[in-house]
Amino acid sequence: MSWFKRVKEGIATKTQDKKETPDGLWHQCPKCKKPVLAKDLIKNSWVCPHCDFHEKIGSEGYFRIIYDDEKYTLMFDNITSADPLKFVDSKPYPEKIKDAILKTGLNDAVRVAVGKLNGKKLVTACMDFKFIGGSMGSVVGEKIARAIDYAREHHIPLLIISKSGGARMMESSYSLMQMAKTSAKLALLSQSKIPFISLMTDPTTGGVTASFAMLGDFNIAEPESLIGFAGPRVIKETIGKDLPKGFQRAEFLVEKGFLDYIINRKELKQNLSTLLSIIWDKKTKKKESEEV
Amino acid sequence: MMLFDFEKPIEELYKQIEKAKETHVKGKVNMLDTIEQLEKKVVELKKTIYNDLNAWQKVQISRHPDRPYTLDYIENIFKDFIELHGDRNIADDKALVGGLAKLDNQPVMIIGHQKGRNTKQRQMRNFGMANPEGYRKALRLMKIAEKFDIPVISFIDTPGASPGLEAEERGQGEAIARNLLEMSVLKVPVVCIIIGEGASGGALGIGIGDVVSMLEYSWYSVITPESCSSILWRSWEFKEKAANALKLTSKDMLEMQMIDKIITEPTGGAHNDPETMYKTVKSELKKILKELCETDINKLVNKRIEKFSNMGVYNE
Repeated sequence: MSWFKRVKEGIATKTQDKKETPDGLWHQCPKCKKPVLAKDLIKNSWVCPHCDFHEKIGSEGYFRIIYDDEKYTLMFDNITSADPLKFVDSKPYPEKIKDAILKTGLNDAVRVAVGKLNGKKLVTACMDFKFIGGSMGSVVGEKIARAIDYAREHHIPLLIISKSGGARMMESSYSLMQMAKTSAKLALLSQSKIPFISLMTDPTTGGVTASFAMLGDFNIAEPESLIGFAGPRVIKETIGKDLPKGFQRAEFLVEKGFLDYIINRKELKQNLSTLLSIIWDKKTKKKESEEV
Repeated sequence: MMLFDFEKPIEELYKQIEKAKETHVKGKVNMLDTIEQLEKKVVELKKTIYNDLNAWQKVQISRHPDRPYTLDYIENIFKDFIELHGDRNIADDKALVGGLAKLDNQPVMIIGHQKGRNTKQRQMRNFGMANPEGYRKALRLMKIAEKFDIPVISFIDTPGASPGLEAEERGQGEAIARNLLEMSVLKVPVVCIIIGEGASGGALGIGIGDVVSMLEYSWYSVITPESCSSILWRSWEFKEKAANALKLTSKDMLEMQMIDKIITEPTGGAHNDPETMYKTVKSELKKILKELCETDINKLVNKRIEKFSNMGVYNE
């Protein structure tokens, strides 16, 4: 069994012959732990092909999934945070913002885009959790308000994709009032009879849940997303008991009657397209023929 | 009466007054002048102390156990109050009360958070923390008001919406969100007064009004100072710092234009002289309602939406 023995000590392969596995080629699913080729994962809308686990993605990812040929136009992206309260906790608020911008390459926790979904125009406001926990401050409120205004003025359906830890405390009541602002704007959109689809993703909590996220004509969610008003930790502390399994997950909310349905991200685009074809396309066609 | 730490100098004077009274009665010495002088001193001292309160002290005043609550204002300002119960779906929320009444001759619909005075009541009222059915009851009453063209008055006094298992099951977020949307386009005048604590979505859930006013020592913020401290500083110890940083006092809120008006409290706070407080609130309400009822309702609604749409500070 001499072949079983090492011929030489140490590494025999010469450096120039060494084969590199590039970083990010393989991805391990955090749920089922199985490896998947990164490019396969992207092709699969960042959903694990083995266990359907939905990886957390940001606005970039969603815009690419939703819009035809991954083409879209960003809007209102020049708006950035001010520091109206001169808020300081572990460090001054403007520094936190600066760090977040540098780290994420984003200007705040939401981005707004317009583009075409299966040939039909759609405005999307999509939150980014990696920007200070997707927290809602003046910028998020203003951009969502403008997205709603744009949808109303141009007669285009609106999709808001929520992913947020709640209010941005460093803006205190300004942050609170964004709930009022976005809800008031949605009341106007509703009066104009323009569809608003709210997609909740993991996690959607606090002030976002208690304002625009829950106000869709259609409230839908990704599988297993955490959705609630109070965070699980707060509730657990308040009631002094462990929370039941699956509490505040999307499946639980469907059961309790707060979501229309759960949608797998792989089917999101087609589903939105079908939904809009039923409630909206006929209307736009009618309007177009009237204009002719 | 319960005194705060920062009121301790007054306590000393109270003791002296007590002694003087005792001497006057038992010692048969005329102490009336002394008593009068001491009482004047108390008033002066209170003025000095109350003119120089920090944010955290105001938060403490807003929670004074003797501070008037919604039902006290209803009893002392309005007549013919008929309480209306239930959301027609789940239950009647005791933490958020409401009903029809008259303000002199003006019919009004009142909604408001209600706290309890003793342990039993506090439990029944869930410390003024409403459940979804409370917000839905409030909306039901507002819709009735809209139907019969009656203005709405909302008294806000809550440490936040109830963070419980049932509240989540029954859609706390949806209930508050629905109220925000519906109140912003409600076709009757809406007046909101923060009479004590105004914390987070729980307060805002009945807080969209044409005129939003705050009692002088009430507060309004996205979160309680304690919770803010525990999240940002990871300890409850920084509540004073948090209270300051959150800019939650009536003065701050008016400066930032997130409320429309401050209603002055009697020296020593509303709990010190409830009668005066009721009178002030009543006359303010009458003034505000008169103006609002004279304005065209569509204009009022547009202005309401515009007001909330303009809230926020950002760079562009």
